[in-house]
Amino acid sequence: MSIHSEANLDAELHAHGDTHGHGSYRSYLVGFLLSVILTAIPFWLVMAHPIASAGVTAAFVIVFAALQILVHTVCFLHVNSEAEGGWTLMAYIFTAILLIITIAGSLWIMYHLNSNMMPSMAAQAANSL
Amino acid sequence: MATVTEQTLPDPTFHLVEAHGHEHGSGGGTLLGFWIYLMSDALLFAAVFASFGVLSSAYAGGPTPREIFELPLVALNTAILLVSSITFGFAMLAMEPGKVRSTQAWLLVTALLGASFVAVELYEFGSLIAEGATPQRSGFLSGFFTLVGLHGLHVTAGIVWIFVMLAQIGQRGLIVANKRRLMCLGMFWHFLDVVWIGVFTFVYLLGVLR
Repeated sequence: MSIHSEANLDAELHAHGDTHGHGSYRSYLVGFLLSVILTAIPFWLVMAHPIASAGVTAAFVIVFAALQILVHTVCFLHVNSEAEGGWTLMAYIFTAILLIITIAGSLWIMYHLNSNMMPSMAAQAANSL
Repeated sequence: MATVTEQTLPDPTFHLVEAHGHEHGSGGGTLLGFWIYLMSDALLFAAVFASFGVLSSAYAGGPTPREIFELPLVALNTAILLVSSITFGFAMLAMEPGKVRSTQAWLLVTALLGASFVAVELYEFGSLIAEGATPQRSGFLSGFFTLVGLHGLHVTAGIVWIFVMLAQIGQRGLIVANKRRLMCLGMFWHFLDVVWIGVFTFVYLLGVLR
Protein backbone atom coordinates (compact mmCIF):
# COMPACT_ATOMS: atom_id res chain seq x y z
CA MET A 1 0.00 0.00 0.00
CA SER A 2 1.14 3.56 0.42
CA ILE A 3 4.02 4.63 2.61
CA HIS A 4 2.80 5.55 6.05
CA SER A 5 4.34 8.14 8.24
CA GLU A 6 4.60 7.31 11.92
CA ALA A 7 1.91 9.80 12.88
CA ASN A 8 -0.35 8.30 10.25
CA LEU A 9 0.14 4.80 11.72
CA ASP A 10 -0.50 6.13 15.19
CA ALA A 11 -3.76 7.63 14.00
CA GLU A 12 -4.68 4.34 12.35
CA LEU A 13 -3.92 2.45 15.54
CA HIS A 14 -6.51 4.55 17.30
CA ALA A 15 -8.94 5.32 14.50
CA HIS A 16 -10.81 2.04 14.53
CA GLY A 17 -11.94 2.15 18.09
CA ASP A 18 -9.00 -0.08 19.06
CA THR A 19 -9.84 0.23 22.69
CA HIS A 20 -7.66 -2.69 23.77
CA GLY A 21 -5.60 -1.45 26.66
CA HIS A 22 -7.08 1.98 26.32
CA GLY A 23 -8.91 2.02 29.60
CA SER A 24 -8.99 4.83 32.10
CA TYR A 25 -7.80 4.80 35.70
CA ARG A 26 -11.46 4.57 36.58
CA SER A 27 -12.12 1.42 34.53
CA TYR A 28 -8.98 -0.32 35.88
CA LEU A 29 -9.75 0.62 39.50
CA VAL A 30 -13.43 -0.38 39.22
CA GLY A 31 -12.38 -3.68 37.61
CA PHE A 32 -9.78 -4.31 40.31
CA LEU A 33 -12.13 -3.58 43.23
CA LEU A 34 -14.92 -5.72 41.75
CA SER A 35 -12.42 -8.54 41.12
CA VAL A 36 -11.15 -8.41 44.72
CA ILE A 37 -14.73 -8.71 46.01
CA LEU A 38 -15.66 -11.44 43.50
CA THR A 39 -12.51 -13.39 44.43
CA ALA A 40 -12.75 -12.96 48.21
CA ILE A 41 -16.38 -14.15 48.47
CA PRO A 42 -15.89 -17.61 46.84
CA PHE A 43 -12.67 -18.25 48.81
CA TRP A 44 -14.53 -17.30 52.01
CA LEU A 45 -17.48 -19.54 51.04
CA VAL A 46 -15.17 -22.54 50.60
CA MET A 47 -12.77 -21.91 53.49
CA ALA A 48 -15.23 -20.79 56.21
CA HIS A 49 -18.21 -23.03 55.25
CA PRO A 50 -21.00 -20.49 55.93
CA ILE A 51 -23.33 -22.63 53.74
CA ALA A 52 -23.81 -26.22 54.90
CA SER A 53 -24.59 -27.73 51.48
CA ALA A 54 -21.53 -28.29 49.28
CA GLY A 55 -23.73 -28.22 46.16
CA VAL A 56 -25.17 -24.78 46.92
CA THR A 57 -21.69 -23.48 47.77
CA ALA A 58 -20.39 -24.85 44.44
CA ALA A 59 -23.22 -23.12 42.54
CA PHE A 60 -22.38 -19.79 44.21
CA VAL A 61 -18.65 -20.25 43.49
CA ILE A 62 -19.37 -20.87 39.79
CA VAL A 63 -21.66 -17.82 39.58
CA PHE A 64 -18.98 -15.59 41.15
CA ALA A 65 -16.37 -16.95 38.69
CA ALA A 66 -18.65 -16.18 35.73
CA LEU A 67 -19.25 -12.65 37.05
CA GLN A 68 -15.53 -12.07 37.56
CA ILE A 69 -14.73 -13.27 34.03
CA LEU A 70 -17.27 -10.73 32.73
CA VAL A 71 -15.71 -7.95 34.85
CA HIS A 72 -12.23 -8.77 33.52
CA THR A 73 -13.52 -8.90 29.95
CA VAL A 74 -15.11 -5.46 30.17
CA CYS A 75 -12.71 -3.58 32.48
CA PHE A 76 -9.31 -5.12 31.56
CA LEU A 77 -9.71 -6.61 28.07
CA HIS A 78 -11.99 -3.72 27.00
CA VAL A 79 -14.24 -5.92 24.89
CA ASN A 80 -17.26 -3.97 23.70
CA SER A 81 -19.46 -3.80 20.64
CA GLU A 82 -17.47 -0.89 19.14
CA ALA A 83 -13.89 -2.23 19.34
CA GLU A 84 -12.65 -3.46 15.91
CA GLY A 85 -16.10 -2.92 14.44
CA GLY A 86 -17.58 -5.48 16.81
CA TRP A 87 -15.35 -8.36 15.66
CA THR A 88 -13.61 -8.85 19.01
CA LEU A 89 -17.01 -9.23 20.66
CA MET A 90 -18.20 -11.66 17.96
CA ALA A 91 -15.04 -13.78 18.30
CA TYR A 92 -15.41 -13.68 22.09
CA ILE A 93 -19.03 -14.87 22.03
CA PHE A 94 -18.19 -17.60 19.50
CA THR A 95 -15.28 -18.78 21.67
CA ALA A 96 -17.43 -18.75 24.79
CA ILE A 97 -20.05 -20.95 23.10
CA LEU A 98 -17.41 -23.45 21.89
CA LEU A 99 -15.79 -23.42 25.33
CA ILE A 100 -19.04 -24.22 27.14
CA ILE A 101 -19.93 -26.96 24.62
CA THR A 102 -16.47 -28.54 24.95
CA ILE A 103 -16.31 -28.52 28.74
CA ALA A 104 -19.95 -29.19 29.61
CA GLY A 105 -20.29 -31.73 26.79
CA SER A 106 -17.19 -33.67 27.86
CA LEU A 107 -18.29 -33.77 31.50
CA TRP A 108 -21.83 -34.83 30.57
CA ILE A 109 -20.72 -37.61 28.21
CA MET A 110 -18.06 -38.97 30.54
CA TYR A 111 -20.41 -38.85 33.53
CA HIS A 112 -22.90 -40.98 31.60
CA LEU A 113 -20.13 -43.32 30.48
CA ASN A 114 -19.19 -43.91 34.07
CA SER A 115 -22.69 -44.32 35.43
CA ASN A 116 -24.36 -46.15 32.51
CA MET A 117 -21.75 -48.14 30.69
CA MET A 118 -19.80 -49.68 33.52
CA PRO A 119 -22.60 -51.84 35.03
CA SER A 120 -23.50 -53.39 31.65
CA MET A 121 -19.82 -54.06 30.96
CA ALA A 122 -19.58 -55.69 34.35
CA ALA A 123 -22.70 -57.74 33.54
CA GLN A 124 -21.20 -58.82 30.21
CA ALA A 125 -18.02 -59.82 31.95
CA ALA A 126 -20.07 -61.81 34.45
CA ASN A 127 -22.05 -63.54 31.65
CA SER A 128 -18.95 -64.55 29.77
CA LEU A 129 -17.53 -66.31 32.81
CA MET B 1 -23.09 5.50 -22.42
CA ALA B 2 -19.98 6.03 -20.33
CA THR B 3 -20.19 9.77 -20.72
CA VAL B 4 -23.80 9.77 -19.55
CA THR B 5 -22.83 7.86 -16.38
CA GLU B 6 -20.01 10.27 -15.65
CA GLN B 7 -22.35 13.19 -16.05
CA THR B 8 -25.01 11.83 -13.73
CA LEU B 9 -22.51 10.59 -11.10
CA PRO B 10 -20.02 13.35 -10.37
CA ASP B 11 -17.64 11.04 -8.47
CA PRO B 12 -17.88 7.54 -9.96
CA THR B 13 -16.36 4.66 -8.04
CA PHE B 14 -15.64 1.30 -9.65
CA HIS B 15 -15.06 -0.70 -6.49
CA LEU B 16 -16.96 -1.52 -3.32
CA VAL B 17 -17.02 1.48 -1.04
CA GLU B 18 -16.50 0.53 2.61
CA ALA B 19 -17.97 2.42 5.50
CA HIS B 20 -14.79 4.25 6.45
CA GLY B 21 -11.16 4.32 5.39
CA HIS B 22 -9.93 0.73 5.33
CA GLU B 23 -6.54 1.50 3.87
CA HIS B 24 -4.97 0.92 7.28
CA GLY B 25 -1.63 -0.81 7.60
CA SER B 26 -0.50 -2.89 10.52
CA GLY B 27 -2.40 -1.41 13.48
CA GLY B 28 -5.97 -2.69 13.54
CA GLY B 29 -5.14 -5.91 11.71
CA THR B 30 -2.45 -6.88 14.23
CA LEU B 31 -4.63 -6.29 17.26
CA LEU B 32 -7.61 -8.16 15.82
CA GLY B 33 -5.30 -10.98 14.69
CA PHE B 34 -3.79 -11.23 18.15
CA TRP B 35 -7.27 -11.32 19.63
CA ILE B 36 -8.13 -14.26 17.35
CA TYR B 37 -4.96 -16.02 18.59
CA LEU B 38 -6.07 -15.47 22.20
CA MET B 39 -9.49 -16.92 21.42
CA SER B 40 -7.88 -20.03 19.90
CA ASP B 41 -5.63 -20.27 22.95
CA ALA B 42 -8.81 -20.16 25.04
CA LEU B 43 -10.07 -23.18 23.08
CA LEU B 44 -6.79 -25.00 23.82
CA PHE B 45 -7.41 -24.29 27.50
CA ALA B 46 -11.01 -25.48 27.08
CA ALA B 47 -9.73 -28.88 25.91
CA VAL B 48 -7.34 -29.13 28.87
CA PHE B 49 -10.08 -27.97 31.30
CA ALA B 50 -12.38 -30.64 29.83
CA SER B 51 -9.81 -33.40 30.28
CA PHE B 52 -9.10 -32.24 33.83
CA GLY B 53 -12.85 -32.20 34.51
CA VAL B 54 -13.25 -35.74 33.22
CA LEU B 55 -10.29 -36.98 35.30
CA SER B 56 -10.98 -34.81 38.34
CA SER B 57 -12.30 -37.67 40.49
CA ALA B 58 -9.98 -40.38 39.13
CA TYR B 59 -7.90 -40.58 42.33
CA ALA B 60 -6.74 -44.22 41.80
CA GLY B 61 -6.59 -44.57 45.58
CA GLY B 62 -4.19 -41.63 45.74
CA PRO B 63 -4.56 -38.23 47.42
CA THR B 64 -7.77 -36.21 46.96
CA PRO B 65 -7.87 -32.42 46.40
CA ARG B 66 -9.02 -31.81 49.97
CA GLU B 67 -5.91 -33.58 51.29
CA ILE B 68 -3.28 -31.83 49.15
CA PHE B 69 -4.54 -28.34 48.19
CA GLU B 70 -3.58 -25.43 50.43
CA LEU B 71 -6.19 -22.73 49.77
CA PRO B 72 -4.27 -19.90 51.55
CA LEU B 73 -1.42 -20.45 49.08
CA VAL B 74 -3.88 -20.38 46.16
CA ALA B 75 -5.47 -17.19 47.55
CA LEU B 76 -2.01 -15.61 47.75
CA ASN B 77 -1.28 -16.53 44.12
CA THR B 78 -4.68 -15.25 43.01
CA ALA B 79 -4.00 -11.94 44.76
CA ILE B 80 -0.54 -11.65 43.15
CA LEU B 81 -1.95 -12.22 39.65
CA LEU B 82 -4.83 -9.81 40.22
CA VAL B 83 -2.49 -7.04 41.41
CA SER B 84 -0.22 -7.72 38.41
CA SER B 85 -3.24 -7.15 36.16
CA ILE B 86 -3.82 -3.64 37.51
CA THR B 87 -0.10 -2.78 37.46
CA PHE B 88 -0.07 -3.72 33.76
CA GLY B 89 -3.09 -1.46 33.38
CA PHE B 90 -1.05 1.38 34.92
CA ALA B 91 1.75 0.63 32.42
CA MET B 92 -0.77 0.97 29.58
CA LEU B 93 -2.06 4.26 31.00
CA ALA B 94 1.52 5.58 31.25
CA MET B 95 2.22 4.38 27.70
CA GLU B 96 -0.55 6.41 26.07
CA PRO B 97 0.91 9.87 26.76
CA GLY B 98 4.39 8.43 26.07
CA LYS B 99 5.84 8.39 29.61
CA VAL B 100 8.78 6.04 29.03
CA ARG B 101 10.18 5.78 32.57
CA SER B 102 6.79 5.27 34.17
CA THR B 103 5.82 2.61 31.59
CA GLN B 104 9.08 0.74 32.20
CA ALA B 105 8.64 0.92 35.98
CA TRP B 106 5.09 -0.48 35.90
CA LEU B 107 6.15 -3.20 33.43
CA LEU B 108 8.99 -4.20 35.76
CA VAL B 109 6.59 -4.36 38.74
CA THR B 110 4.26 -6.54 36.64
CA ALA B 111 7.12 -8.86 35.65
CA LEU B 112 8.24 -9.22 39.29
CA LEU B 113 4.67 -10.03 40.39
CA GLY B 114 4.43 -12.56 37.56
CA ALA B 115 7.74 -14.10 38.64
CA SER B 116 6.53 -14.41 42.25
CA PHE B 117 3.34 -16.08 40.98
CA VAL B 118 5.43 -18.66 39.12
CA ALA B 119 7.71 -19.07 42.16
CA VAL B 120 4.76 -19.78 44.50
CA GLU B 121 3.36 -22.23 41.94
CA LEU B 122 6.70 -24.04 41.61
CA TYR B 123 6.91 -24.19 45.43
CA GLU B 124 3.42 -25.75 45.46
CA PHE B 125 4.40 -28.27 42.75
CA GLY B 126 7.59 -29.08 44.66
CA SER B 127 5.82 -29.76 47.95
CA LEU B 128 3.13 -31.86 46.16
CA ILE B 129 5.80 -33.99 44.51
CA ALA B 130 7.68 -34.29 47.81
CA GLU B 131 4.46 -35.64 49.39
CA GLY B 132 4.25 -38.26 46.64
CA ALA B 133 1.47 -36.47 44.73
CA THR B 134 3.33 -36.66 41.41
CA PRO B 135 1.72 -36.41 37.92
CA GLN B 136 2.10 -40.21 37.56
CA ARG B 137 0.16 -40.96 40.76
CA SER B 138 -3.40 -40.67 39.36
CA GLY B 139 -5.47 -39.34 36.48
CA PHE B 140 -6.57 -36.46 38.69
CA LEU B 141 -2.95 -35.43 39.35
CA SER B 142 -1.99 -35.81 35.66
CA GLY B 143 -4.84 -33.49 34.74
CA PHE B 144 -3.96 -31.09 37.55
CA PHE B 145 -0.29 -30.75 36.60
CA THR B 146 -1.15 -30.42 32.88
CA LEU B 147 -3.73 -27.66 33.38
CA VAL B 148 -1.98 -25.64 36.09
CA GLY B 149 1.42 -26.21 34.46
CA LEU B 150 0.12 -25.01 31.07
CA HIS B 151 -1.14 -21.80 32.68
CA GLY B 152 2.19 -21.39 34.49
CA LEU B 153 4.05 -21.80 31.19
CA HIS B 154 1.90 -19.07 29.65
CA VAL B 155 2.71 -16.74 32.56
CA THR B 156 6.42 -17.55 32.13
CA ALA B 157 6.17 -16.71 28.42
CA GLY B 158 4.44 -13.44 29.38
CA ILE B 159 7.31 -12.56 31.75
CA VAL B 160 9.88 -13.22 28.99
CA TRP B 161 7.81 -11.04 26.65
CA ILE B 162 7.72 -8.22 29.25
CA PHE B 163 11.53 -8.26 29.45
CA VAL B 164 11.77 -8.27 25.63
CA MET B 165 9.50 -5.20 25.59
CA LEU B 166 11.58 -3.50 28.32
CA ALA B 167 14.66 -3.95 26.11
CA GLN B 168 12.82 -2.67 23.02
CA ILE B 169 11.46 0.37 24.85
CA GLY B 170 14.94 1.02 26.25
CA GLN B 171 16.42 0.95 22.75
CA ARG B 172 13.80 2.75 20.70
CA GLY B 173 11.40 4.37 23.13
CA LEU B 174 7.62 4.30 22.85
CA ILE B 175 7.45 4.22 19.06
CA VAL B 176 4.20 3.15 17.40
CA ALA B 177 5.43 -0.42 16.82
CA ASN B 178 6.30 -0.77 20.52
CA LYS B 179 2.93 0.65 21.56
CA ARG B 180 1.20 -1.90 19.34
CA ARG B 181 3.30 -4.72 20.83
CA LEU B 182 2.51 -3.53 24.35
CA MET B 183 -1.21 -3.55 23.53
CA CYS B 184 -0.91 -7.19 22.39
CA LEU B 185 1.11 -8.07 25.50
CA GLY B 186 -1.55 -6.38 27.65
CA MET B 187 -4.32 -8.46 26.08
CA PHE B 188 -2.19 -11.59 26.66
CA TRP B 189 -1.55 -10.73 30.32
CA HIS B 190 -5.19 -9.93 31.13
CA PHE B 191 -6.26 -13.07 29.25
CA LEU B 192 -4.03 -15.18 31.53
CA ASP B 193 -5.75 -13.65 34.55
CA VAL B 194 -9.13 -14.66 33.09
CA VAL B 195 -7.86 -18.24 32.62
CA TRP B 196 -6.65 -18.23 36.24
CA ILE B 197 -10.22 -17.43 37.40
CA GLY B 198 -11.24 -20.71 35.77
CA VAL B 199 -8.30 -22.55 37.35
CA PHE B 200 -8.81 -21.41 40.93
CA THR B 201 -12.56 -21.96 40.68
CA PHE B 202 -12.73 -25.34 38.94
CA VAL B 203 -9.48 -26.92 40.14
CA TYR B 204 -9.00 -25.60 43.66
CA LEU B 205 -12.30 -24.32 45.10
CA LEU B 206 -14.59 -26.93 43.55
CA GLY B 207 -11.91 -29.60 44.13
CA VAL B 208 -11.84 -28.93 47.86
CA LEU B 209 -15.67 -28.88 47.94
CA ARG B 210 -15.92 -32.26 46.25
